Amino acid sequence: MTVQDTTPTVGAMASIARVQAKPEAAKPTARTVRRLPVQKDWPTWALIATQIGILAGIIALWEIGARAGWIDAFFWSQPSAIFNTLVIFFTTGDAWTDIGFTFRSTIFGFLIGTTAGSLFGLSFWWSRNYAAVVQPYIICLESIPKLALAPLIVLVFGIGLPSKVAVATALTLVVSTLTTYAGVKALDADGEKLFYSLGATRMQVFRKLVVPSCMPWIISVLRVNIGLALTGAIVGEFIASQHGLGRAILYAGQTYDIALVWVAVLVLSTLAVVMYATVSWLEAWLRKGVRQ
Amino acid sequence: MSSSAPKLCVADVSMTFKMPTGAFHALAPITLSIPQGRFVSLIGPSGCGKSTIFNIIAGLLEPTSGRVLIDGVDATGTIGRVGYMLQKDLLLPWRTVLDNTILGMEIQHVPLRAARERALPLLHRYGLAGFEYLYPNALSGGMRQRAALLRTLLFDTDVILLDEPFGALDAQTKLKMQEWLMQLWGDFGKTVLFVTHDVEEAIYLSDEVHVMGTRPGRIIATIPVPLARPRVRGSTLSPDFLVIKERCLELLHLDSTASEPVNEAA
Repeated sequence: MTVQDTTPTVGAMASIARVQAKPEAAKPTARTVRRLPVQKDWPTWALIATQIGILAGIIALWEIGARAGWIDAFFWSQPSAIFNTLVIFFTTGDAWTDIGFTFRSTIFGFLIGTTAGSLFGLSFWWSRNYAAVVQPYIICLESIPKLALAPLIVLVFGIGLPSKVAVATALTLVVSTLTTYAGVKALDADGEKLFYSLGATRMQVFRKLVVPSCMPWIISVLRVNIGLALTGAIVGEFIASQHGLGRAILYAGQTYDIALVWVAVLVLSTLAVVMYATVSWLEAWLRKGVRQ
Repeated sequence: MSSSAPKLCVADVSMTFKMPTGAFHALAPITLSIPQGRFVSLIGPSGCGKSTIFNIIAGLLEPTSGRVLIDGVDATGTIGRVGYMLQKDLLLPWRTVLDNTILGMEIQHVPLRAARERALPLLHRYGLAGFEYLYPNALSGGMRQRAALLRTLLFDTDVILLDEPFGALDAQTKLKMQEWLMQLWGDFGKTVLFVTHDVEEAIYLSDEVHVMGTRPGRIIATIPVPLARPRVRGSTLSPDFLVIKERCLELLHLDSTASEPVNEAA
């Protein structure tokens, strides 16, 4: 018997085996009796209360620390100042202009990149030769850190909205293309056989089999893409912009307005969470639609 | 045998695949002639080219030589002439059962409404009532095969090729499906070419059984099944049936010992 003493139970079995093997050493060993460890789940309200408590604790410590001088409020700012700046940002500042700008570049980049990438990926189904020729270029494009091209993109598209949309598109396009192409490659050859045996044209196979089969693949990148599009938009704003949350963060940092940095990051995170939640919901809804 | 041209004729069809290791003879010249309304089975060991014949008849594969005639007209290499049911049911998961069964008609540009109106009564009559608007993932294996077979029937061709349709079903369901297939065949009067591994299934269903051999794939014997129809389950135990079954098993065994000379003791 090759029993490793990894768990108490197995160990106990091994010792029994040893006892049976050597009857002269038949001293009954006391067997440890254990119960299955059971974790009790907290009720939801308790979980949420704890989470809120931790957050409140951190904010309170930060505020107290800043007032007592343990934390340098010049570099780290403090919750009360951040709150004041937040109110100012939304009442007299151009919060909504910035949010709208970043939101628009993200959504446009997301839509253009995802749509174009999916269509590009699907196009590979039409010709194996074309797919084989283009594939190395796509892989090259994927390995380039697209953000490194952002200065060039801003130079070409100017400092307005188009350059941010372009960076966001560059990030999302390749992901969508490659994922959709993976879907095309995963097609069941027997499915095509069935369609052709029914006398289908290539267009019919494409519309009624290839596109629906690839839908789950296309949908699966939506959540990744919304995050990438937001990253692209922010980086575009970092490089040169007149509006947007990314520009607000950069400006605030350069003018040592740390409270404004926190405010902009906070608003940006909220925007990111809202968009992510919306796309997750969209994904679930689409998934139900395609039954996969 | 009817005096007119056979419904389906496979004339001297052979198939050679070019492999890196050299030419591979999948099919020796094969000739099959099937009159209208017949139920004919092909049995044989795996790798005997049953699926290759089907792909050639369905026009999905161009034979190295020979022709496929339907109603005496050359149909070699043309698709959409026969109904072809593959081993897998291949139901599309994003379509309801009803919309899966009308796929063939839809591809042939039958308007959706008309196609659905034609399919619904058949779904009701042939055991899919209550399942029309469900998606395939809610169906059992037997029900999925029914839907796939109705899709093949609704494609409305005279000749139907069935490639081991019941191969993946449990024994109980398989028997039920055989009865069901007999009912359909009686109602529609299609010409059926049926591939199976199951000798009893082949004899029970068919008018004629072709036994195939391997290397290259070829027909080694054609055995008529003169049992009266409608057949009942009990007929699988009748002496006539057993004689035919024994003959088929003998032929299959002969072929397997011929291709594997080491196995003489078995």
